[in-house]
Amino acid sequence: MMLIPCPWCGPRNETEFHYGGQADVSYPADPQAVSDVDWARFLFFRANTKGIFTERWNHQAGCRRWFTVRRDTTTNEIFHDDSHEAVTR
Amino acid sequence: MTGEYRLADGGRIDRDRPVRFRFDGHDYEGCAGDTLASALLANGVHQVGTSIRYGRPRGIAAAGPEEPNALVQIEEPFPEPMLTATTVELRDGLVASGLPGQGRLATEPDPARYDAINAHCDVLVVGAGPAGLAAARSAARSGARVIVADADTEFGGSLLGTRDELDQAPAWRWIDRVTSELQASPDVTVLPRTTVFGCYDDNYLVAVEHRGEDAFTRQRAWHIRAREIVLATGSHERPLVFPGNDRPGTMLASSARTYLHRYGVLPGRRAVVFTTNDSAYAAAVDLHDAGVEIAAVVDVRPVATTVWTARCVERGIRILTNCAVTGTSGADRVSGAQVSSLPSGDAAPAELDCDLLLVSGGWNPAVHLHSQARGTVRYSEELGALVPDRTPRGVRTVGAAAGTFTTAECLRAGSEAGSDAAREAGFHADVAEVPGSPSGPVTPPQPIWLLPGLSADSDDEQFVDLARDATVADVRKAVGAGMSSVEHIKRFTTIGTAHDQGKTSGLLSSGVIAELLGVEVAEVGATTFRPPYAPVAFAALAGRDRGDLYDPIRVTAMHDWHLEQDCPFENVGQWKRPWYYPQPGEDMESAVLRECHAVRTGVGMQDVSTLGKIDVQGPDAAEFLDLVYTNKMSTLRVGRIRYGVMCHADGMVFDDGTVMRTGEHRYLVSTTSGGAAGVLEWLEDWLQTEWPHLRVHLTSVTEQWATIALAGPRSREVLARVTSDIDLTNDAFPFMSWTDGTVAGSGARVCRISFSGELAFEINVPWWHGRQVWEALHRAGSEFGITPYGTETMHVLRAEKGFPIVGQDTDGTVTPHDLGMGWAVSKKKDDFLGMRSFSREDTARSDRKHLVGLLPPAGSAVVPEGTQLVDSTELPAPPVPMLGHITSSYRSAALDRPFALALVKSGRDRIGQTIYGHVGDELVPVEITEPVFYDKEGNRRDG
Amino acid sequence: MAELHGESPLVTRAETLAGSSVPGVLHLSEVAFTAQVTLRVDPKSPAAERIGTAVGTMLPNQPGQVARTERLQILWMGPDEWLLIGPEGGAEQLQATLTEALGEEHGSVVDVSGHRTIVEVTGPKSRELLAKGCALDLHRRSFASDQCAQTLLARTGVVLLCRDVEQPSFWIFVRSSFARYLADWLADAAAEYRV
Ligand SMILES: [Zn+2]
Repeated sequence: MMLIPCPWCGPRNETEFHYGGQADVSYPADPQAVSDVDWARFLFFRANTKGIFTERWNHQAGCRRWFTVRRDTTTNEIFHDDSHEAVTR
Repeated sequence: MTGEYRLADGGRIDRDRPVRFRFDGHDYEGCAGDTLASALLANGVHQVGTSIRYGRPRGIAAAGPEEPNALVQIEEPFPEPMLTATTVELRDGLVASGLPGQGRLATEPDPARYDAINAHCDVLVVGAGPAGLAAARSAARSGARVIVADADTEFGGSLLGTRDELDQAPAWRWIDRVTSELQASPDVTVLPRTTVFGCYDDNYLVAVEHRGEDAFTRQRAWHIRAREIVLATGSHERPLVFPGNDRPGTMLASSARTYLHRYGVLPGRRAVVFTTNDSAYAAAVDLHDAGVEIAAVVDVRPVATTVWTARCVERGIRILTNCAVTGTSGADRVSGAQVSSLPSGDAAPAELDCDLLLVSGGWNPAVHLHSQARGTVRYSEELGALVPDRTPRGVRTVGAAAGTFTTAECLRAGSEAGSDAAREAGFHADVAEVPGSPSGPVTPPQPIWLLPGLSADSDDEQFVDLARDATVADVRKAVGAGMSSVEHIKRFTTIGTAHDQGKTSGLLSSGVIAELLGVEVAEVGATTFRPPYAPVAFAALAGRDRGDLYDPIRVTAMHDWHLEQDCPFENVGQWKRPWYYPQPGEDMESAVLRECHAVRTGVGMQDVSTLGKIDVQGPDAAEFLDLVYTNKMSTLRVGRIRYGVMCHADGMVFDDGTVMRTGEHRYLVSTTSGGAAGVLEWLEDWLQTEWPHLRVHLTSVTEQWATIALAGPRSREVLARVTSDIDLTNDAFPFMSWTDGTVAGSGARVCRISFSGELAFEINVPWWHGRQVWEALHRAGSEFGITPYGTETMHVLRAEKGFPIVGQDTDGTVTPHDLGMGWAVSKKKDDFLGMRSFSREDTARSDRKHLVGLLPPAGSAVVPEGTQLVDSTELPAPPVPMLGHITSSYRSAALDRPFALALVKSGRDRIGQTIYGHVGDELVPVEITEPVFYDKEGNRRDG
Repeated sequence: MAELHGESPLVTRAETLAGSSVPGVLHLSEVAFTAQVTLRVDPKSPAAERIGTAVGTMLPNQPGQVARTERLQILWMGPDEWLLIGPEGGAEQLQATLTEALGEEHGSVVDVSGHRTIVEVTGPKSRELLAKGCALDLHRRSFASDQCAQTLLARTGVVLLCRDVEQPSFWIFVRSSFARYLADWLADAAAEYRV
């Protein structure tokens, strides 16, 4: 049972959160200008990192805020980022 | 006297409280404080069951949870399989029987209660032996919140099985003193009978507390989040591999000592002690002093330790150094041991008569939790054991679990670890004093895995894992087949996979593998230590999450009314929704036909409170909704309603509903019943992470409202009876508009929306008024024959109109165009979620599946939902080309025939064609039609 | 027609809750019909300040913080979100006050009085009862008076409010549709205290 640090509510059990996948996959500024290949990449391609991975979580059962954490996928260790700026990506 | 092998005094049992029990059909008596195993031994019973593969007699080999053999089935008080006799507390009326390595589950439901509790602490101490107690005391004195848990019925750990003294007094005095001190500390939770069986991420540990048969809750699962952990889990003695090492009467040396000191039981009359280390000498000496004849101590080492030699000589105990037991005799019980000299067994073995064969192959630190906590272990040549290597932050492994085997060292290390842990958790902690304890010089053990010089013929009599009946022959077979990884060999031989998870056999098998491969044990390593450390009943894991409490159940404000109608409910997400309202003698089909008919010809009412509702506010609300819906919401006028479709960026439909504009900067959005939470989270995602510049706030208001759909040509008349301040005419209150007013005395927001195609109103009132307004409408409608209807009728009516249900007629691979809802996709917007994907090659394909109608022949049966559709009257050889499947299928009252909706490849281009549904062994012809079956012109919505 | 008196979400569970109470040990009851309003506004905005003045206390800006006035409790729900609790029948007035103070600035005021109801749990066994289904640390040092938290209780989303840390008293805000399930769960979890 991971303890996930919500930047607002503090550490809570992972059951309060919903996973949001890889972070920093931005919605293209003008999707219509993006090629089919790049659009498919945006939609379907995600990293599957072994090691430190930057990912998004939503504190669904708490403050409902989305935020970003860095987690080592081999140990589940989360690198704490106390900055509230982590809320947006 | 409770058994002929019971001593007159000594031990932690209460001779004044006899306990009657029955085992394998025989009545026995034990004492309060006994385990089933100790009580059986007190009565001279060694054989408990037979082995799983070979049916060989098996006895009690240990005194704790490491027991590989003594599996029992409890019959009374409640059937429970696969418990070890060594961990079953004796109680009056207990009925048990031995098992052939496998049990059976009870057939009746367990009447006992199980539950769970969450706990937090600064320091969790696992194990209450000398190290654990010392740790708990140091930590507790700092004021830290401490939990100390031990699987045993009382604290003390290994001290309970010895006659060691602490501060020149019996050890139990110190144990009692520390336990009392802990119990008296307000922030200390003392948990005996509690096995910590798993250690998970971030110091989250799960334990099961055996509260006893008479407790209100039989077992309780503890979910513990600990800031710091001290693992003082002790160690398990390791048996030895030799021919005939499974005969009842063969027992770990320290376990025999525990039976003697803790339970006042002599496990035999004449013993042979076979050892590789010093610890078994204590058993030999103690048992001798208690009246057991020691035939010999057989030590594989060339020289025995001086002090122990002296103590043995004093007592006339013979020591055979450089020797090993190479065979046993006896049928249901060991009657003799063959002793040969090492290394080659050149001299003929001597046969020693005995009824007890004590073995000690060294000690395995119980590193299970340490390892689960992501601590690493290494093989210590010196100890012949796996010991903790790297310990993760927040975890301290101490005492015998860390390979420390003298009481003095365990006490000191425990006390230091306890204060360290408390300090780390932010408390001022001193190292609490520890009692003085005797210690003597120790001669290193000489680990031995396979006895040299034995013929391979004896391989299948040399057991590595007693619980799995796995022998040296099995390991040799695995190695011979080319396996060298301990993980592979474990799976091939099943060693270590039984109820005991290889507590005695794990490292032993690594040693045997190493011998057979001719490599070092360190090179072979050990298999992963996985939870649970000890078997856990599923009931304990389930706790109170069963029956009606298994998962949250959501109900609406009108739920009691539905209950009074005795209607069946459909589960929609966590909601309970009325499915249909059968009248006496009606089955589902006739009830639904009646309900459908009523809505089409008169008036019906449905509880639609479960639809999700989200209040959307802010100056950019319109712009935001334009981005998340495929159609345009900014052009919606205040007071009007629009149906909207939401797609993910991939262009696939994922939710739909109505959007009400309630103000210049305010909308009320509805979602599907099951989709509300997901939609809100998804909207917040876009708002918070992609478009934070948009000034929009979202608030869930699902339960603020109770919502009633009033549908049918007479609905206006019914509503008119309970409202006086709403003009219900089409001109004043047109389709797809809303108005506020009073309905049946309650403030209400009334909408003209219809999911059936009929004239319909949706009446929203505050939750608190839901039931009363529902009843008022029901009364007002009685003269029109108002008919409550459930989800099934709603599904039929909407299907007759070709309205899809997201999640039933769609599956995440369906675009609005596939649904024939291109009209709901705006062509005037620069962007919205999904838009870019509509021009992808895949979404533009001409052979995509379309939502179409299907008509089976009139008078035929309803074709089941999920039916696969094919193009031919006979099934070709596989792979069969598939056209699609039926997503919705019902009997229509209005059409008087079955009909269906289906996703069919190029369906809209094939209207009029006949395809076939594969039902059972038959191919049923179905005609492809438009998806709208009823009132294609939409004439009925205005009444 | 006159305004209806209304039925609270736990009207049929009043006996269940009362029956689960044990004098001196645990008391369970519904606190029904409170006025509840969700407020969203930028905490650094002049509007937030105006709202503070209008309601008589600044909006709490720390996670889990609760502010009180004579009539109101204001619960922190998120960095720009609060739940305001007032006496029965006060929702209209409260919304009007907030909307007026908000003025032309961006924010939202939504009546959620019917969205949730409240179960009050008091007595020495309160914490233990809640711990059976809530993974938060409810120790007096960790969850003190006038602290609140949104979390899960028996897998149900709730807002927990500690009303008194010394004489343990908690309010559980639960969505109306989940309220019965939660009441039944609490009754089951409290059953051991009756024997
Ligand atoms: Zn949060």
